[in-house]
Amino acid sequence: MVKTETDIWLLLAAIPDPEIPVLSILDLGIVRRVIKNDDEHVTVHVTPTYSGCPAVKAIEKSISEKLTAAGLIVSIVTDLSPAWTTDWITAQGREKLLAYGIAPPVDEVDKSVLFAEAPIVTCPLCKSANTRMVSQFGSTACKAHYQCNECLEPFDYFKCLK
Amino acid sequence: MNSLYKYILRIADDSLILGQRLSELCGHGPAIEEDIALTNIALDLIGQATSLYEYAAIVGNEGKSADDIAFLRFEREYTNALLVEQPNGDFGMTIARQWLFDSFRVLFYEALQQSKDAQLAAIAEKSLKETKYHWKHSSEWLIRLGDGTSESHERVQNGINYLHKYAEELFFMDEVDAELIEKGIALDLTTIKVAYEQKLNEVLPLSTLSLPTNNWKQTGGRIGKHTEHLGHILSELQYMQRAYPNMEW
Repeated sequence: MVKTETDIWLLLAAIPDPEIPVLSILDLGIVRRVIKNDDEHVTVHVTPTYSGCPAVKAIEKSISEKLTAAGLIVSIVTDLSPAWTTDWITAQGREKLLAYGIAPPVDEVDKSVLFAEAPIVTCPLCKSANTRMVSQFGSTACKAHYQCNECLEPFDYFKCLK
Repeated sequence: MNSLYKYILRIADDSLILGQRLSELCGHGPAIEEDIALTNIALDLIGQATSLYEYAAIVGNEGKSADDIAFLRFEREYTNALLVEQPNGDFGMTIARQWLFDSFRVLFYEALQQSKDAQLAAIAEKSLKETKYHWKHSSEWLIRLGDGTSESHERVQNGINYLHKYAEELFFMDEVDAELIEKGIALDLTTIKVAYEQKLNEVLPLSTLSLPTNNWKQTGGRIGKHTEHLGHILSELQYMQRAYPNMEW
């Protein structure tokens, strides 16, 4: 059966991020373009979140498997520019993150300013804004480690990348 | 081999070797948060190196893969700066090395975004975002250790005193750069030299640390002449590919 571009997007929407499985790869905003070359061939442009993110290869494999199973011949292109930003996480993606216990990214000032004001990150559990950063680097490249000063819950913050 | 290929390898080798060095600390960080931070930074650096080696494989056009270039060269063919191959030492030394390097890399990538080579500009744009985090991390630690106890101050100061002689090499340029600067591809490093000194001096007073007055500089890595440390790094880095040729993850 011939797949339309909409069919292909729907297939992609069902692929979870391997590290944060509540998010689909479309929620993350890493699929930049889908080009149908003809009835059989499709090119998918993907951009990595972080250069060394080990999920990138797994995601490419999932895309390839999913679309191959749908009878398509897939080629995947990695786009480095424009570089991924957390602004591309969809509104739905942000809600899913929060529900999963990860605080979604909030706007931060430029990291190249040394004592730039830290963002106010809200505790995903008790919603208090009285939280502190434990470490800028968390369990994966895209997360920082926080703790709530009110309910004491330690939690992940999906850090802002701009 | 053409100049662009050599130029890409210099950037890639800095990232790979420093990434390898930092990953030695995996499971050995001074605290769990720091263990995770240092290995996160290692991962970013190795990721950046991967993008660069993949591009070098295309530019080199010799049928070599990115892995062949990363894993199967001899010591004299690696052109990383001597700074990044220096041992981790104590945490003060690790932070001093990282800070000297990150301060350079932020400025380097910022400027390289303007390269007329679209792929290099794209890699710079991507890498810059990550590198800003690295710089903030190493700078904050430099201040915390420098303005900490007399012991932590002494250790990080010793790190700076030992490593500063290698920082000059980050600004090394030769005919490879000259040709590519002409074409608008490479960055004329003299244009960021003052900004580098300013960037160091932005953090130094807060840390109560100082640069050594001894002006001795040591270079060699960019032309393949390394300190004794690189060989040891490579013996570990290359072991799997040498023992099991063409193995894949």
